[in-house]
Amino acid sequence: MFKKALLLMCCIMSQPALAVLDIEISGGVVGDHPIAIVPFAWDVKSRAGLEDVSKVLATDLKRSGRFELIPEKKFLEFPHHGDEVDFQNWRSLGAESLVVGRVRPGSNGQYLIEFQLFDIFKRAQAQDAGPVEVEYKVKQIIGYSLSSTRQDLRRTAHHMSDLIYEALTGEKGIFTTRIAYVTATSKGKQKKYQLRIADMDGQKPFTVLKSSQPIMSPAWSPDARKLAYVSFEKKKSQVYVQDVLTGTRQLIASYKGVNSAPAWSPDGNKLALTLSRAGNLEIYTLDLTSRLLKRMTRNSAIDTEAAWSPDGKSIVFVSDRSGRPQVYRMPANGGRAERMTFQGKYNARPSFSPDGKSMALVHGTSRGYYIAIMDIASGVINVVSDGRLDESPSFAPNGSLVLYATSGARRGILSAVSADGKVKQRLVLQQGDVREPAWAPFRK
Amino acid sequence: MFKKILFSVLVGAFVLSAGCSSTGDTKGDDGAAVEDRSSGSTATDDASSTGLPSAGTFQGDPLDNPASPLSTRTIYFEYDSSEISQEFQNIILAHGQYLGGHQGVSITLEGHTDERGSREYNIGLGERRAQAVRRLLLFQGAADQQVQVVSYGEENPAQEGHDEQSYSRNRRVEILYKR
Repeated sequence: MFKKALLLMCCIMSQPALAVLDIEISGGVVGDHPIAIVPFAWDVKSRAGLEDVSKVLATDLKRSGRFELIPEKKFLEFPHHGDEVDFQNWRSLGAESLVVGRVRPGSNGQYLIEFQLFDIFKRAQAQDAGPVEVEYKVKQIIGYSLSSTRQDLRRTAHHMSDLIYEALTGEKGIFTTRIAYVTATSKGKQKKYQLRIADMDGQKPFTVLKSSQPIMSPAWSPDARKLAYVSFEKKKSQVYVQDVLTGTRQLIASYKGVNSAPAWSPDGNKLALTLSRAGNLEIYTLDLTSRLLKRMTRNSAIDTEAAWSPDGKSIVFVSDRSGRPQVYRMPANGGRAERMTFQGKYNARPSFSPDGKSMALVHGTSRGYYIAIMDIASGVINVVSDGRLDESPSFAPNGSLVLYATSGARRGILSAVSADGKVKQRLVLQQGDVREPAWAPFRK
Repeated sequence: MFKKILFSVLVGAFVLSAGCSSTGDTKGDDGAAVEDRSSGSTATDDASSTGLPSAGTFQGDPLDNPASPLSTRTIYFEYDSSEISQEFQNIILAHGQYLGGHQGVSITLEGHTDERGSREYNIGLGERRAQAVRRLLLFQGAADQQVQVVSYGEENPAQEGHDEQSYSRNRRVEILYKR
């Protein structure tokens, strides 16, 4: 069981506009890879209004939960190029990796960011076995020179984070990915709902849909170009698919009764939906090209919350056919459903990890509702959140974090937890509720 | 912790007979974009304290008679349940009979849940509640086309708040008359 961690620190991002999600990182455990990121040199006329790229980089790596950032105040030197580094200084601080860099003017008003990532510790250890003569043949792992416009500096910094993260962990970075979520604010009796997309750190939000009626269940297409969602703007549930770039949208399902819970097939050709057009909630699949609708369940219980396995072979869904909501699995082309969850009285909203080996769930106990991760092979369920009203889990596309909705002090906030439950961060909107997060896949 | 409420014979029989009432696909009729729905749904906040109708002294449409059971427009439910208590069966009976006698009148049943659990599952639960009320209305003489159903799940709470008092107000079906 996850131990409640103390709020350790608070990283407030720049631009504290009301609409932006602020991030607070909590969790007593930090990553086990010590890294030093030296503030970059700025060879520019004025830094006013320019994104502090090395700071963004440091925050990204810290958020990943994989690194221990060596605090700046311990630094013995502030080099900006590999030639200037005295690696003994960094080794004495226990740094295994070092990032140095500088920003200078590029062509056409752009900025040129040069950075190098060095591996210190491993090479030094290898040296230990040899003669006492200490010669740090420190290895440069990567070195890049990136050109960026002023507006793109933040995005470029995230891209650098991806490069460094991947070089050090062998796992793809998620710092340039995006999230979708729904916000709800009220002015007197008037409610305002917005479907928004932001960078994964909550910055650069933009609104793709506004309504006075609820919006639910955003789901990213596998190419991260479209969002399916449920809107009540016509005072009934309807499913739409919207192109994120152009803003154009299509009405996908507006049958009599419930039209809800859209889920994309991994090839992007089909949507699983929950419809009650036949009088009861059932799972359907809709071929988006032929518009052929296929009924997948036939049961007097509630059948809803379909999710496709990443290999496309099966569809999992939630049903209370046994009396309480539990997760079931059936072949994606139809057939008998088998129950998957047996631990706990309430398991709902399944969401697959990208490798298909585990599922995040809403797990209800007598104390509340938590996010849990189930190992599919063994059926073992591990609670990773603090509760008590946690819902809508969504894996980061590299599987390292799970984003979900929870309740903060009197309002809804988002939280992300590392898949092992160790590192946690909260994304807090300064006004109103934020809910229904969906982490976008890698862009193809 | 989950209180089981006994089914009354009436409701029990009815749920069994209900089956699938399938109809063709209908598109949402009103194109009126995104408007505020706060007006229709206020109905009554305190259904449980509504008295029995006084004998026929009220002049005008019984829908406007505050003493009529028809003035109760909200049916409340237990946690994770769509069973209708005896108290509310009498209310629904009155609405069903009224609709049976006024074929030109139509209603929308809005199904709602409290905020606990998964949002999409709660859409299912809200739908189930509204359908349970609908079946009882049809049984009392309302016609199929008079009764629309929409589930909002936990999306439109009547009362904000994360306690049982709020939750009990939010687990409801609202009967909205279109006149």
